[in-house]
Amino acid sequence: MASARVYAHVVRAQIRSQAQYRASFLIDLFGSMAVNALDIATVFVLFSVTGGLGGFGGGPVLLMAALSAASFSLADMAVGTADRLREYVRSGQFDSLLLRPLSTLAQLVAVNFAFRRVGRVVQGLVLYVVALAVAGVHWTLGAAVLAVVAPLVGGVFFGSLFVAGATVAFWWIESGEVANAFTYGGRDFTSYPVTMFGGWFRDLFAIALGFAFVAYLPALALLDRPDPLGLPDWLRWCSPVVALVAACLAALFWRVGVRNYRSTGS
Amino acid sequence: MIIEVSGLRKDFTVTTKVGRLRRERTVVSAVDGVDLVVGRGELIGYIGPNGAGKSTTLKVLTGVLTPSAGRVRVCGLDPVADRTTLARRIGVVFGQRSQLWWDLPLGESFELLRHIYRVPAAEHAARLRTCSDLLDLDGFTRTPVRQLSLGQRMRGELTAALLHGPEVLFLDEPTIGLDVLSKQAVRGFLAELDRRGDTTVVLTTHDLADIEKLCERLVVIDHGRVVHDGTLDALHTRHGSRRTIVADLDAPWPAGQTVPGAAVTAVEADGTRVTLTLDGRAAGEVVAALARIVPLRDLSVQEPDIEDVVARIYRG
Amino acid sequence: MSRAPLALLAAGFRRYSTYRQATFAGIFTNSVFGFLRCYLLLSVAEEAGSVAGYSGSQLVTYVWLGQGMLATVNSWTPLDLAERVRTGDVVADLLRPIDPLWTYLWTDLGRACFAVLTRLAVPLGVGAFAFGLYVPDDPLVYPVLLLSLVLAVVTGFACRYLIGLTAFWLLDIRGLNMVWVFFSGFASGLYFPLAVLPEWLSTLLWVATPFPVLMQSSIDIAVERGGLGHGLLVLAGQAAWALLLLWACRVVQRRGVRRLVVQGG
Repeated sequence: MASARVYAHVVRAQIRSQAQYRASFLIDLFGSMAVNALDIATVFVLFSVTGGLGGFGGGPVLLMAALSAASFSLADMAVGTADRLREYVRSGQFDSLLLRPLSTLAQLVAVNFAFRRVGRVVQGLVLYVVALAVAGVHWTLGAAVLAVVAPLVGGVFFGSLFVAGATVAFWWIESGEVANAFTYGGRDFTSYPVTMFGGWFRDLFAIALGFAFVAYLPALALLDRPDPLGLPDWLRWCSPVVALVAACLAALFWRVGVRNYRSTGS
Repeated sequence: MIIEVSGLRKDFTVTTKVGRLRRERTVVSAVDGVDLVVGRGELIGYIGPNGAGKSTTLKVLTGVLTPSAGRVRVCGLDPVADRTTLARRIGVVFGQRSQLWWDLPLGESFELLRHIYRVPAAEHAARLRTCSDLLDLDGFTRTPVRQLSLGQRMRGELTAALLHGPEVLFLDEPTIGLDVLSKQAVRGFLAELDRRGDTTVVLTTHDLADIEKLCERLVVIDHGRVVHDGTLDALHTRHGSRRTIVADLDAPWPAGQTVPGAAVTAVEADGTRVTLTLDGRAAGEVVAALARIVPLRDLSVQEPDIEDVVARIYRG
Repeated sequence: MSRAPLALLAAGFRRYSTYRQATFAGIFTNSVFGFLRCYLLLSVAEEAGSVAGYSGSQLVTYVWLGQGMLATVNSWTPLDLAERVRTGDVVADLLRPIDPLWTYLWTDLGRACFAVLTRLAVPLGVGAFAFGLYVPDDPLVYPVLLLSLVLAVVTGFACRYLIGLTAFWLLDIRGLNMVWVFFSGFASGLYFPLAVLPEWLSTLLWVATPFPVLMQSSIDIAVERGGLGHGLLVLAGQAAWALLLLWACRVVQRRGVRRLVVQGG
């Protein structure tokens, strides 16, 4: 808890620094909310063509899109700025994080904390609550717990991807866009029913990389619907385990990355 | 011993382009078998030419870089494995990198560091008072760091590195790019710190004035290896620092003339000024020999310059 | 004058050809998004028969050509013009014998040439291999498409140049940039074909804004939407926007320079 207070101090200092640039702050706040709204709108433009997506009607589609948006925006607010690592490695400024008695990753995201991203979290969570209300959730105790936990678990999963993607910069500084394929690409993938994808691409993203566990499987569990793809029912309750594994792998990857830090640029 | 290093090596893989597409990887040892022991309260100068491995050594000692081989202990800790514990017990100033918060006033950076290092408020205030008095910070603690001059910023960095009362202070080029007054302020401060004797200081610098004023013990590193470890005087003796005699003559120096015990290194002013480098013999003997060859008008004996000594070591 | 454009073109090409890793990373990411969008649209088309009149193979071309054009037109990377205006470096550009508008244009075209050979060609190849692209009946489509790509790049360039010029008046152009990123994405047809939108909205975008010219125009030409006749009409529209916007760049630049001179006193 004591260390949480330390990070709170760092985050508050960062917000004070940002407050000096008020106009930029407002521009970023509304700009990112508009872009976020566009992503959701895209789902519904495609939905409107046939009134369904991948064999699912409006309720399930809304629930998956909302769960994806809520998860992604939470992760983006918490650790999305980890991709700034690239600049820290390029300039050698990562040194200063290593010299303080705190975790380097926690410092990196605390020092770069972007308060403006709160706008998207609010947007995502409001949409999620609306979706829970109208999608026809089969309310049981398990479903209620899952409903609360799912966006957090999804957030941990996306957060692990953000961290893993950023970590690549320890070896390969120009890697930025590759990470986007899995973070923003993952967000796009999870916004839609997995049934819309096919072939090896679906197996890779949904199962091997685990994206089905963010929105698709939890939504099936909440709605108590069978999986058209025939995955066993117990799998849909496994999202927390998958997220935990992802987080551990990301943390391990980060540690290896830090040991490979070369501290050039002086 | 507060710092113990033995057999330290740090390798980097360097990729170079060979032809249009092929790339070749070679391993370069930035530090190649360094042994170093520093006692509590010492102030040592760690010097060497660019690329000799000074900064790399400091980065390994502070836990920034993971060593490729060798044993490193600082305050009895392994810098990489015990990084966060060690961070509380050392202070670091890397001249080229800031520890401060760019957009915040200097004072707020100090306050933030108090929380980060969890320093009791009273202790923090006392140390800040001391630094502030010695480094004259009062004029600019409310200025955002980005608006400080380099000299002001460096004084801020030194304070920031000391607020948690570190046992060892690592300074990498703390005077680089500073104006004369700021350099003096920084040197005076370090001398005072050394006089008090409870902080060990490891200082790398290119500024030989820093060394002459501050460092009793010098560790010279070149090509990743320690080539000298001892006092400044020992350095002079060992590397044959030589005194020179410059003599103005009443008659031109005979071409090709030699002097026992010295080498003629320059003949100027139409042969009426000659420079002799002594090879260790007493100056009086050489002057006497000189006077037997030509009549002398004037004469000066020059002590060896540390700059020359270091340059000679660097050249190998 | 005749040598300079070529030299600038070559310089732009060479400069970007040195960013090898970034090019590779970009191709990879565009391809992943290509797979994503392709499956989504094909899934909708499977149920509905088509999406807004685009058949399966036309949708494949829409997605992969779109991913390639995103990097070729390069809408999302601002020119460094604004920065040069802000720092006053633009004065040095204005003293050169060639108008900076043309210097920037030719350099950007050089960049686009490199992008066509790498970031457009490779994703198209991936799309063709994995899904099968639409093959035009009329071979005349190919030269028309090539012209259309050039006009798309020129139009996109002119828009970015105009945004850069606003730095003469605005202190911070990030807000404007954000608006631009928003519209140049959605209104150019990047997220979904514009024909999916309600008719009044898509008509409005086509007639009153340059955004469809950045992407949807070339895609519609490539998949022969409405035949070659319609394609030529679309091409004419692109040419009109390109010329209009380049002219606007000249006018705005002249005003901006006058303002700079007056302020400089």
